[in-house]
Amino acid sequence: MARAILYDSTLCVGCRECEKACSEGKKLPYNEKVAAEETVSSHKLTAVRTHGERFSRKLCMHCLDPACASVCPVAALEKTAAGPVVYHPERCMGCRYCMVACVYQVPSYQWEARLPLIQKCDMCADRTAPDAVTRCSEACSFEATITGERHELVEIARKRMAEKPNDYYPKIYGIEEVGGTSVLVIAGVPFEQLGYPSSVAKAALPNYTWAALQYVPDIAVVGAVLLGGIHWITHRREEVSRVEGAAAGREVPQ
Amino acid sequence: MSATSRFHFWRTVFWLVMAAGVVAGFQRFYYGLGASTNLSDRFPWGIWIGFDLLCGVGLAAGGFTLAATVHLFNIKAYEPVVRPAILTAFLGYLLVVVALMFDLGRPYRIWHPLVMWNPRSVMFEVGWCVMLYTTVLFLEFLPVVLERFKLHTAKRLLQGIMLPIVIAGVILSTLHQSSLGSLYLIVPNRMHPLWYTPWLPVLFYLSAIGVGMAMTIFESWHSARAFKRHLEIKLVRGMTRVLVVVIAVYFALRGMDMLQRKAYTALFEPGYERWLFLLEVALMAGPMILFWFDWSRKSPRTIYLGSVAFILGFVTNRLNIGLTSFERVTGVNYFPSWQEVAITLMMIGLGFAIFRFAASHLPIFESHEEEETQARGGEPGVPVLASTPGD
Repeated sequence: MARAILYDSTLCVGCRECEKACSEGKKLPYNEKVAAEETVSSHKLTAVRTHGERFSRKLCMHCLDPACASVCPVAALEKTAAGPVVYHPERCMGCRYCMVACVYQVPSYQWEARLPLIQKCDMCADRTAPDAVTRCSEACSFEATITGERHELVEIARKRMAEKPNDYYPKIYGIEEVGGTSVLVIAGVPFEQLGYPSSVAKAALPNYTWAALQYVPDIAVVGAVLLGGIHWITHRREEVSRVEGAAAGREVPQ
Repeated sequence: MSATSRFHFWRTVFWLVMAAGVVAGFQRFYYGLGASTNLSDRFPWGIWIGFDLLCGVGLAAGGFTLAATVHLFNIKAYEPVVRPAILTAFLGYLLVVVALMFDLGRPYRIWHPLVMWNPRSVMFEVGWCVMLYTTVLFLEFLPVVLERFKLHTAKRLLQGIMLPIVIAGVILSTLHQSSLGSLYLIVPNRMHPLWYTPWLPVLFYLSAIGVGMAMTIFESWHSARAFKRHLEIKLVRGMTRVLVVVIAVYFALRGMDMLQRKAYTALFEPGYERWLFLLEVALMAGPMILFWFDWSRKSPRTIYLGSVAFILGFVTNRLNIGLTSFERVTGVNYFPSWQEVAITLMMIGLGFAIFRFAASHLPIFESHEEEETQARGGEPGVPVLASTPGD
């Protein structure tokens, strides 16, 4: 059981009901001014973006192996078994490494606050029922955003694309990007045109760090032995002269 | 300018910097990061990370390189520069931690990594290493203080356990100097290709060793002037040779990597990044070529200027990695606010002032008592840290 979201840009009419439901659910202010902002921020966790006649949604992609959770020095971000990537504000010390690491620039900061926290979409993790849907899915009257099991959503996406092949760009965004995401996107044009970076790594990003970080214990142990050994070799002369000096001074036989 | 008026000039500058820093610090903590910095969601790390952290830790690398040179490799000739290098490193790390308190959104939680673990995080590892290594530096510097207050028994006891402390210091430094580069491994798609490479940790480590040497030369020059001592010209000359080799290995690795991954093609792309890249390479490689020639190593002034060039090249490299390399993908042209600059300058000013104070009140440069040399005769093989041989 792992919750996922499918967003279908071809069905989206840009009504912004998803934004409104999200803000209301998270007790964030929502008005015309906020609605006009086409980017996520600490007071807007999902944004509908306009690209001429088309729309796209920006929200946390809930990566299967998220960079943000791997880089956090205090494990304030966590990919839960239920699907969402959630934030534990009581742990956060505000280093903002998650914001640097996220290839989608999703985690947002309360820059205006004296004691700021990160804000991000948590896929309505507060709705814990196994069949619960997110607020944005609930608010969507056009099935442009739906909630479900990831493998089921992939099937639905494939079916929609097979039924109307001319309407879709033949690819599901989120299957392989950064090792897979829990938010999947299908659209009528290449994803780059809708603000989804197309050149992202296909492997999970934490692997890039682990390639180096895994050697920390080896460097510590091998390094300590090596340096101790070097010290032993380089200080041999002092040791010899000490023994000889002691022998000569005290006139001890042998 | 006479020596006295130069002193008054720098004292005025120092107090102006401190005043600006205090005002900026108040704004940062009272009005928040948004009101006092040019940071944003798209550009969350500025000069407090790019300079204060990346450069601050790097410039303090002389501490572990000289501790290893003298106490592990047993090259005794370098003993006179160990104490200043350890002091620089200790102050450097303390100031890095102070600077981090300005950058962290909730600085009072800086202890969280002690109890809230995430071993997959490079920042977690860096945090632990910096904390442990600052403790190591404290212990490595402590003999100087004990000597000043004539606590010889305590000093001897401490020196009895110095070998594992020195080894721990070198290992911890190796780990976090390289890990500062590993911090950026997670963003292969966000950094400019001229700087992103899987070799970042090794390159960070090599350049830290180089800049540790350069900083030691820089300090020796300035201390010689400030305390009217003669420059340890033989040592300084020897270090320039080491510097040439370290920079050569660094560029051999960096060059091979750029060729093999065809990253050099990014040089032909339009944009200002390539010019900053070339500036960095010129400043770092220039001293290597300069010090290759014997005549350059005859003049203390040339040695000093070459080291300053390398330090500036190192700083350019870290600023390019921490700031420049993110500008293309984020579309942000970051320039620090005056508050960010003021706090960074305050850290630099504090570093110089405390170093000066410590050097005039503690036995950092002068050779110390004869008895120490005899006292340690009983424990050969144990490094006597930060000590100069009695004359």
